[in-house]
Amino acid sequence: MRVRLFTIITLCLSLFGSLFFWQCNTTTSRISYNQDIRPIFNAKCLACHGGVRKSGGFSLLFREEAFATTESGKPAIVPGHHGQSELYQRLTQQDPELRMPLESDPLTEEEISLIARWIDEGAEWEEHWAYIPPEEVSVPENNSSWPRNDIDRFVDQSLQEMELEPAPEADRPTLIRRLSLDLTGLPPTPEAVDKFVQDPSENAYEKLVDSLLASSHYGEHWAAMWLDLARYADSKGYEKDPYRNMWRYRDWVIQAFNQDQPFDQFTIEQLAGDMLPHPTRDQLIATAFHRNTMTNTEGGTDDEEFRVVAVLDRLNTTYEVWQATTMSCVQCHSHPYDPIRHEAFYQSYDYFNQSQDGDLDPEMPRLATFPAADAARLKEIVGFIQELVPKQNIDTTANLETQVRQALFPKLLPTQCDDFENVSFRNDGMVTNWIPNLKSIAGKHFRFMFKEVPLNDLEQIRFRYQTEGNDGWLEVRLDEPEGRLVAKQQFTATPSVKGEWGGDLLVPVAGESGAHDLYFEIINTTAKAPDGMVRISEIELQYADSPPESAKLADYRKELREIQTRRPDFTPIMKPKTAAMQRQTKLFDRGNWMVQTTPLEGGVPKVMLQGGDMPADRLEFARWLVSEENPLTARVIVNRFWARIFGRGLIETLEDFGTQSDLPTHPELLDHLALRFMGAHQWRVKSLLREIVTSATYRQSSKANPQKLAVDPDNRWLSRGPRFRLTAEQIRDQALAVSGLLNDSIGGPSVMPPQPEGVWQIIYSGEQWETPDNAMRHRRGLYTYWKRTTPYPSMIAFDSPSREFCVSRRIRTNTPLQALVTLNDPAFLEAAQALAARMREAGGQDPEAGIRAGYKRALGQEADAETVAILRDLHLRAQSEMDGANAQAKTISFEEDPNDIELSDPMAVVANAILNLDGFLTKQ
Amino acid sequence: MKIYEEAKHQYYQYHTRRHFLKSCTTGLGAIAMGSLFGCNSGGDPELEQVVKSITGTGAHFAPRAKRVIYLHMAGAPSQLELFDYKPTLDRLNGQPCPPSLMEGKRFAFITGVPDMLGHQAEFQQHGKSGAWISDRLPHFSTMADEVCFLKAMHTDEFNHAPAQLLLYSGSPRLGRPSMGSWVTYGLGSMNDNLPGYVVLVSGGKTPSAGKSVWGSGFLPSVYQGVQCRSEGDPVLYVSDPNGMSRDLRKQSIEAINRINKKEYEEYQDPEILTRVSQYEMAFKMQLSVPEAMDIAQEPEYIHELYGTEPGKSSFANNCLLARRLAERGVRFIQLFHWGWDSHGAGQNEALNLGFKERCKEVDQAMTGLLKDLKQRGLLEDTLVVWGGEFGRTPMQENRNGVAVPFTGRDHQTEAFTIWMAGGGVKPGITYGETDEIGYAGIKDRVHVHDLQATILHNLGLNHEKLTYQFQGRDFRLTDQFGRVVNEILV
Repeated sequence: MRVRLFTIITLCLSLFGSLFFWQCNTTTSRISYNQDIRPIFNAKCLACHGGVRKSGGFSLLFREEAFATTESGKPAIVPGHHGQSELYQRLTQQDPELRMPLESDPLTEEEISLIARWIDEGAEWEEHWAYIPPEEVSVPENNSSWPRNDIDRFVDQSLQEMELEPAPEADRPTLIRRLSLDLTGLPPTPEAVDKFVQDPSENAYEKLVDSLLASSHYGEHWAAMWLDLARYADSKGYEKDPYRNMWRYRDWVIQAFNQDQPFDQFTIEQLAGDMLPHPTRDQLIATAFHRNTMTNTEGGTDDEEFRVVAVLDRLNTTYEVWQATTMSCVQCHSHPYDPIRHEAFYQSYDYFNQSQDGDLDPEMPRLATFPAADAARLKEIVGFIQELVPKQNIDTTANLETQVRQALFPKLLPTQCDDFENVSFRNDGMVTNWIPNLKSIAGKHFRFMFKEVPLNDLEQIRFRYQTEGNDGWLEVRLDEPEGRLVAKQQFTATPSVKGEWGGDLLVPVAGESGAHDLYFEIINTTAKAPDGMVRISEIELQYADSPPESAKLADYRKELREIQTRRPDFTPIMKPKTAAMQRQTKLFDRGNWMVQTTPLEGGVPKVMLQGGDMPADRLEFARWLVSEENPLTARVIVNRFWARIFGRGLIETLEDFGTQSDLPTHPELLDHLALRFMGAHQWRVKSLLREIVTSATYRQSSKANPQKLAVDPDNRWLSRGPRFRLTAEQIRDQALAVSGLLNDSIGGPSVMPPQPEGVWQIIYSGEQWETPDNAMRHRRGLYTYWKRTTPYPSMIAFDSPSREFCVSRRIRTNTPLQALVTLNDPAFLEAAQALAARMREAGGQDPEAGIRAGYKRALGQEADAETVAILRDLHLRAQSEMDGANAQAKTISFEEDPNDIELSDPMAVVANAILNLDGFLTKQ
Repeated sequence: MKIYEEAKHQYYQYHTRRHFLKSCTTGLGAIAMGSLFGCNSGGDPELEQVVKSITGTGAHFAPRAKRVIYLHMAGAPSQLELFDYKPTLDRLNGQPCPPSLMEGKRFAFITGVPDMLGHQAEFQQHGKSGAWISDRLPHFSTMADEVCFLKAMHTDEFNHAPAQLLLYSGSPRLGRPSMGSWVTYGLGSMNDNLPGYVVLVSGGKTPSAGKSVWGSGFLPSVYQGVQCRSEGDPVLYVSDPNGMSRDLRKQSIEAINRINKKEYEEYQDPEILTRVSQYEMAFKMQLSVPEAMDIAQEPEYIHELYGTEPGKSSFANNCLLARRLAERGVRFIQLFHWGWDSHGAGQNEALNLGFKERCKEVDQAMTGLLKDLKQRGLLEDTLVVWGGEFGRTPMQENRNGVAVPFTGRDHQTEAFTIWMAGGGVKPGITYGETDEIGYAGIKDRVHVHDLQATILHNLGLNHEKLTYQFQGRDFRLTDQFGRVVNEILV
């Protein structure tokens, strides 16, 4: 038995192997580099002749290197003449010192003859398939009645090759549950099941698909997938892992999916929304995608080190999400397997190196959102100021923060500066040169700047400041960080009084004209705190002609400032550095950020660039990613959505399309869908999903049989419908939904559903896990407060990542700890009690009827007689233990500590069992 | 013949695991069909064992240790107050640090010119080996001839979280599997009713790097460490709710599994069978975990040996738990004790105050653990490791250029001391040497990657061969580095 089993599996594996070769060899006898030769080079040669090592001066990674002159003085490959090619000679050498591969088995005769033929046929080089843009392929002809759309024609072609038959269509209750879970993440109600089952119309299925795509829960479900890629969390990560106000980004993602924002726009706004002309609030919030990198607030850490780490993460994440390219391999050296040079990494690094953030605790730059009342008051005051000072330059179409800034003028709020380096900020608007984690002040400049400040008639600038020593100086320069010095003055020690702000430094700046960028630099002559620490809370430009500020106006401005700094919530966003303050990107020697060498400009790996110019900046880079010339993006993204539906991508390695990745099972289908995604579907995800779920392939029953299991155990060839365990979020959401507990409101700050005492163990913080005593504790899983170092236990048990970095695939496991969650986690016990109450209600005096109703609510199907009997038997045993006569249905009370749940209802024992059935935990 | 059987077993483990992970199919689940409640185990018992352990690429060679107990002192204890005795440092006490010692160095907090700080404890030599141990560890000093000191340990990271990650995952950044995950991935579990990798935390706080130091990274989450807690459920959700008796829980799992098996008949998805067996395992864990975690069952002399107090949360209790878990077949037992970050910025982190308390908390307990393992014959095949994530400076900390109010030392990467005992390690030796002020290793330096390689080696694993493919390349615990420190091995 055992031997046979292994034999079958081995046979299957070799069958797959030959199938890949089928894709290679059937149509032409000409040798193809990609299909025949590259796999040999990858397996046998690249370790020594690749991106890391180039033994003998010979590398097979880049075309130009493969055909270049080697250390021996001649090229290793002479196209057309295998006998003259050193490559061939070394493969066939008898002398073990010379024969390649060294100290390994020789290549097989077949491999050697393939290489010889390839050289003789001209040694034509091909790039790896993923770097060649997809081309339109003809849809296979199919005369059977099975296909519903072109997906099925491609799938059926492979099935025929494998001598497999598609499975029959699943029944309607199965289909509606599958569709609902796939499109909205939630199960159908029993009423929806009945309606669909009874719908006689020809397009009943399509109507259902459309209504699910239109559901506002659709966006929540797909956001959950995207948030793994975005490494979204409600905390900053690392040691202290404090709260981060990020939920507006999560809500933006939900909304983008619900509105079916085209994926190209979705991409551009997240990667570079801040660089679009006059970005909207939403476009700025979208850029929080890359502010999900961690911020290290541990004492004694080097801010620059962790800024670099964040930038590296942005680069690696971007290439993983959109290009399925393992860019992190190139951080230290050229890619070992893929044709990407070391320099290319730092060229792309430059795109992300030019944002203002820098691992600071306050997470500047950020976007303020005011509570409605505050926002209204701000608007009102801005109006008053406009009335009082008609000349005040206020653009009422701009966002509120800009209007406030304009109304405050000629006062400047330091937190609203346009760019900065080596300074930090506080919520009250103060700027300081004191950053505890700055390792050394040597060579550092502490500066911040305001763009285009009018200087006509300016007489002096007043700085409200505080310092305890006499070691701080202020310099004012124009237009550039090292531009013309127009003033220099010393800060003198101010008495340190709590609440009262120190003194005023009056800096004469006269005789200038026009509008200039103003650079303020705090020069610091000591490393000792607090002597060298200067804090500036307010800056006022004083003009010759400016009338004295009336008391009323001063009061308004004071209030503006107070509201501005009182309690807005701040979402970290991206903001480009001004041109004059851009960082010089250099190559990191062997990936070490402490050793930077050659200066580099922005760029992408040449192999991905299909002609055209290198993108100049982050915005152009984002546009390039979603241009039709980009060979990877559409394929990579289509594959992600496919994988979410079928449980496995057309390429299994969602995160890697490089030469070491799995080959696509259906390469032509992948290209076909990628082209349709960009073309027919106009990058609209809903339309792509509609095409996928209306296929006959999707609608198959997921029941297997021995033949399918033997030939296609993993359902790679799609000879049946998808069947796999639900995600962590879905398992929670489904239990809440079927028990009627689900609070299905959408969006808002993250919530803290019940979790056991003692899980929340964090250091250096008073943050508490406070379970709300209302329906907020029954929100969908994606709203659960996501703390990276203390993730929610039931989510982690079901394979959700801790979101410290981008995760393309959750590896599904099946463990006893999962069983303990769904059996005993108070959240699931609450659900069991609530479901039991509904079962009693439905069944009245007849427990069996109640059991049937509960089963149907949970699984969308009618229970068969045997299942009902098993559950009825469990009910009787529970009754006999629990004093059945007095048992009562339990209603959920929010006052009760969910960790102290007592099961006293025999029906809740049955409900608990139903919520643990494989059919419940699985999409099938 | 026995070795042949063993090799065969390992072969099956290897292949089972691969199939399980790569194809998530197998049909091997069919073996688990038989109920664990009854005796009608339908399949081949040998294979059933294989299925249950789901794990283990198998050892690469004969192991010297079957399990590891790692005692981590989170925050990094000062080697200069415990093991690394330097008379010169005492002589230099209070003198300004020569600039040459500061050049090119990065510190967490020290800036400007700090003063040198002599030992804040008295040292003596102990045992036949003559190992230097300070009077902070009176119990442990009797163990001098049982342990091997590594005095020239070094690391790359000078902040807690990255240094802990480097030590446990081979990389200072998040996302790699932890040492215990690699070990259980490599060797599988030795029991069928407890997790293979257990974590116990004391000192009131989790380590700086959070749960990532026992995370499974890109390995499947079955390999992540399971934190057993001393209060509340020892393993989350292991207790049934009030009102649910053990018998009723059994009935309910039986009902679930009967329906699931019916479903298997219909769908033939092997995952269903895996789920059936995991529910059975969960049921067993509900008994075995609380039993293993209940130290009240131990006799009085054992409590006296460790200094344990049942019902409390302490390092001592965790040491005793470590022994109980070791006895029950847990492969990797990881302890963290928090509070060793002796900067001197406050009382609790002062070398002359809080540090002394920490020493008291661990001294008797870790000594008791070694004695207890030895008297049970467990020390032979249990590797015990003790240490922090980096060392501390011979200079008094001067945060922001100003001396801190209490006696303390800053973080440093170039020298720290750890000790190892049991499974395959030479007892009573000291390996490695630091310079005359204990600032950097000068002889037989051991990097944390070397330590990882050595621990894996003792377990029969070749650190260069224990790999997992992720993002197109093979990853391993020791990254691209690591040397087995053969000099300290039996």
